[in-house]
Amino acid sequence: MPVSVGKTLAIIFVVSATIFFTRLIPFLFFPNGKELPPVIRYLGRVLPPAVIGMLVIYCFKSVEFTHAPFGLPELIAGAVVVLLHAWKRNNMLSIGVGTVLYMVLVQAVF
Amino acid sequence: MQSVLNSERGTYKKAFAAAFPHTLPVLAGYLFIGMAFGVMIQEKGYHVLWAMFMSLVIYAGSGQYLAVNFFVPGISFLQIIFMEFMVNIRHIFYGLSLIGRFEKTGKKKAYLIFSLTDETYSLYFLTKTPPGVPEDQFLFAIAVLDHSYWILGSGLGALLGHLIPFDATGIDFAMTALFLVILTEQWMDGANRRSATAGLICALVCRILFGEEQFILPAMVCIMAILVAGRRMFESEKSGEKKEREVEEHAG
Repeated sequence: MPVSVGKTLAIIFVVSATIFFTRLIPFLFFPNGKELPPVIRYLGRVLPPAVIGMLVIYCFKSVEFTHAPFGLPELIAGAVVVLLHAWKRNNMLSIGVGTVLYMVLVQAVF
Repeated sequence: MQSVLNSERGTYKKAFAAAFPHTLPVLAGYLFIGMAFGVMIQEKGYHVLWAMFMSLVIYAGSGQYLAVNFFVPGISFLQIIFMEFMVNIRHIFYGLSLIGRFEKTGKKKAYLIFSLTDETYSLYFLTKTPPGVPEDQFLFAIAVLDHSYWILGSGLGALLGHLIPFDATGIDFAMTALFLVILTEQWMDGANRRSATAGLICALVCRILFGEEQFILPAMVCIMAILVAGRRMFESEKSGEKKEREVEEHAG
């Protein structure tokens, strides 16, 4: 271990508390029983689809589109997931096929 | 009293059984992303129990990857707080949509907030609580299952990361696929397409403008601003359930 047990525990605790705090903030502002302002209720309703959109971009954030393989494994596997899901609407099928395809693409093709 | 306890245990069993199939993509993703963390932390000199302990009490993908670098002499706690806060800042968003649903979860509420990762949050919106299962138990089951995959993955990684018999490169695409499936599902539902598009475009533009390390905060500000400014446009779009009801009414 590069640092002492005490220091290790302190670091773990600080990291844990900081991350918990980011997840806790909205609940601090709006504890149980407090009437939600209409704009917050509205945001709560429309945010999830926007967040999912943001997370998709987040997953692709490190892909290099400017040089080989030009993000092709991600684009191909991603397109297959979307099309397969639009066709069959089976969560496990879309995720399973897309993931295996991506693994084949990055390991054996590109 | 005994029968109350028994029936509660019965619905918990049902809740976990109902939640399990939904968590399979997270199982695939977390086992391997967790293993990657286990390998990294083990290389820093922390054995398997440390790896699992960290995954138990921290429970964050990118947050734990970043934390691996903190175990060096002379690290500043202020710096740790600042960096972890920035890496996880997107989580501030998540609770806003769950305030109402978490209100009736009693003692489980603190744990549900603690365990609100990207993937768990997404599953809450992809899945519907099955009939006969109390919602708080269903949410709790998803949270506990996901968390246990994460702990298990990091333990496996620390224990036998170097002995993995097959090349798992790319398996973390399961997480990307999960988000893509949710996006597609919502799109096919015809619900909230404008909001999803706003999220995609804001994040994409900010990724291009600010780079991969710094784009999430501007993207969040941009999404909030557009949703609030364009409220009439976004509200005029129907949510999924309303649309279904309307279709039924028309059919009737």
